[in-house]
Amino acid sequence: MGLMPQPATHAATFDPPAQESWVATRLDFLVNAARAYSLWPMPFGTACCAIEFMATAASRFDIARFGMERMSFSPRQADVLICAGRVPFKLAPVLRRIWMQMPQPKWCISMGACASSGGMFDNYAVVQGIDTIIPVDVYVPGCPPRPEGLMYGIMMLQEKVKRERLSDGDLRHEMEPDPASGLYIPPQAIDELSEPFGNSIHQTRSGL
Amino acid sequence: MSDAFQPVLPGAAAPQQPAPATPTNIAYRDGAANPSADALRAHFAAAIGRTEVIWGETTVYVDGAHLADIVRWLHDDPAQRYDYLSDITAVEYRDPELPLQVVWHLRSLPFRRFLRLKVEIPRGAPLDVPSVWSIYRSADWFERECYDMFGITFEEHPNLRRILLADDWDEGHPLRKDYPLRGYREYIQPGFEAPAPRVHSRLRRP
Amino acid sequence: MSIEIGEGTPVQISEERQLSETRREMVLNMGPQHPSTHGVLRVRLTLDGEVVTACDPIIGYLHRGVEKLGETHRYSQFTPWTDRTDYVAAPSNNLGYILTVEKLCGIEAPERAQYWRMIMGELARVASHLVWLGTHALDIGALSISLYCFREREFIMDIFEKFCGARLTTNMMEMGGFARPIPDGLPEMVRDFCAIFPSRQKDYEDILSANPIWLSRTRGVGIVEPAAAISYGLTGACLRGSGINYDVRKAQPYLFYDRIDFEVPLGTHGDVYDRYLVRMEEMRQSINIILQCLDQVPSDGPLALTQSNYVIPQHDTVLTTAEDMQRHFIWVIKGFSPPKGEVYMAIEHSKGELGHYIVSDGSPIPYRMRLRTPDFVNLQVLPYMADGAMLADVVALIGTIDIVLGSVDR
Repeated sequence: MGLMPQPATHAATFDPPAQESWVATRLDFLVNAARAYSLWPMPFGTACCAIEFMATAASRFDIARFGMERMSFSPRQADVLICAGRVPFKLAPVLRRIWMQMPQPKWCISMGACASSGGMFDNYAVVQGIDTIIPVDVYVPGCPPRPEGLMYGIMMLQEKVKRERLSDGDLRHEMEPDPASGLYIPPQAIDELSEPFGNSIHQTRSGL
Repeated sequence: MSDAFQPVLPGAAAPQQPAPATPTNIAYRDGAANPSADALRAHFAAAIGRTEVIWGETTVYVDGAHLADIVRWLHDDPAQRYDYLSDITAVEYRDPELPLQVVWHLRSLPFRRFLRLKVEIPRGAPLDVPSVWSIYRSADWFERECYDMFGITFEEHPNLRRILLADDWDEGHPLRKDYPLRGYREYIQPGFEAPAPRVHSRLRRP
Repeated sequence: MSIEIGEGTPVQISEERQLSETRREMVLNMGPQHPSTHGVLRVRLTLDGEVVTACDPIIGYLHRGVEKLGETHRYSQFTPWTDRTDYVAAPSNNLGYILTVEKLCGIEAPERAQYWRMIMGELARVASHLVWLGTHALDIGALSISLYCFREREFIMDIFEKFCGARLTTNMMEMGGFARPIPDGLPEMVRDFCAIFPSRQKDYEDILSANPIWLSRTRGVGIVEPAAAISYGLTGACLRGSGINYDVRKAQPYLFYDRIDFEVPLGTHGDVYDRYLVRMEEMRQSINIILQCLDQVPSDGPLALTQSNYVIPQHDTVLTTAEDMQRHFIWVIKGFSPPKGEVYMAIEHSKGELGHYIVSDGSPIPYRMRLRTPDFVNLQVLPYMADGAMLADVVALIGTIDIVLGSVDR
């Protein structure tokens, strides 16, 4: 068994200047604080998690404390896509298109077990994790996650936003890994790496 | 589409009988059959097969070719008045010898009766049954779902296309017993050379 | 006219076509991602100006093969999937499924468990109607009602959480009763809720029922005649709003609904306003039913059957006797085997008649697990109601049918 030797990797480099100026760091702080504390969510709510999302937005848990009460159902005006609920294959192109329509800067929260990994629906109809379609920043587990759990995820996202640096040129690039770059591991290699436990990508392994 | 049909309120045709109380002692098998079963046998002798009563529910096996006439008679006859279609579905057994059964659940609101009709399609026969859309409008989506999940075509259905799966889902019919739970295709990360993608075809990269 | 989006996939947007001197036609796509479609419903509308001439609801965007999952898992494993079907009233779904399996096995839970099932089922009905009212009002424009409804719903979520540990997807009903005792203080919690809810509901009615905006948007919109309602197979408030008195709790009583005195509200015109009134009255009747159940429920007594092969053995005997430990192991790992046969059992869910049709071959795994969900059937009437309606009315119509896409698509 043993692991396959790692392919030669091409590291994506991030070289901040050795000392960023005081003005640049203050500017980062301002921009990131403005972004983090007014993230307008695009609630891509499909199922049960959407009801818990609505409960989070309601008066007991009150997502307005985070500046997120203005739900933007148009992706053009949204910052964070909260995918709440399972995504079947019929809906997958819709999710992809909504993500492409959102302008940068954008983030994604995968809310719930079904969005993060397919949840309890391991069958022909459900995408086993939306991170195979769109890049996800924060995964919130739970079925459905309690509103407190979702808020913890939002706070994690806020921490992530506040850690961004304007000098990082690659931050907003949506890259599809070039197969020649070595960042891409072919599915057969993923299977070998994850033997004997299998992985959620390789679906028909159990013959059911 | 509404004719001179006057809806009859539940129990109105049998007013002396009060609403049935919660049944506590129902026989597992061979309880009292629904009187409609005998009426069907009297009216359509050749097309009616066997009758089963399990847990108080009557199931009548009928011949597929006469199904539309039988259902129309059940709907129109003043002594039967099955005005409500609860469900249309299908059952496929794991045993390859047993036929595939298409099931209709009918309810008579005036007489407070419930009847199950079944048509058996032997293996190898074409999966074709008549549609009851002209009698019950709710059959529209029930039949589309049976087509989507089992591949059963309903003759004279106005709009038979897939309903729960994508229109161009080409892997087959999921509720058939030979269709694996997780489907046939590997599922793929978009954009890479790999087995055929299961995502809707419009998103395939050229 | 086509627009390039993102990676260059062209999108056809319908142009308005002039069909004749006076008729134009445009195809507009609503959904699947849309704030007012209550989930991922897609509606293809053919419009002549603002008037809808044809309407084609396209579902399946939340299909997750629950019936196929039922054919590969044991009866006791299937209950969590029923929660996720209609997730706003999860205990009702559990109840329908468990009652069907109990009917198939020929057992009946003890009296105390039946009463608590009724209480939880009616609380689920109130919770579902609160979500309906919140989202329906939100779509029509009364934004504050949704916050009030969710505030009330939080009390019900607290009750569910105290009872079974989960707020939303509760998985609370089990074969033969309830395996765990009723927590202390739960009847008082339910009574407190029933004490405050009527005044809150009166607040909603004061805001909406005589409101001229509400009346003009809901009166006369989406009329369904009684004959069409029966032909389209509607159940629940959609059917009763048209005046047909069919409620499964009265027509084929289950649990102890024949011992409870309650009324079934009926509408007269079959429009959106009548269905709104029917559902508001149903909430009042639910509180009435809950209070009667709390008065009638025995305060002690068994909560679950103990000696049946189909019921999980009690926790204390499992840990102390060898026979029950073996029975527990076999019940959990292999599952119980109901007798051969088939059964269809319907309950009155908040949306209508929820039916489960189970075919059993004597093995621990069902042959066929069919969920006849009320929304799937009720949604078929949307083209009938939308014919000739204005575009803004379509939003009210989708809300009045009260769909939950998890239940439509299963």
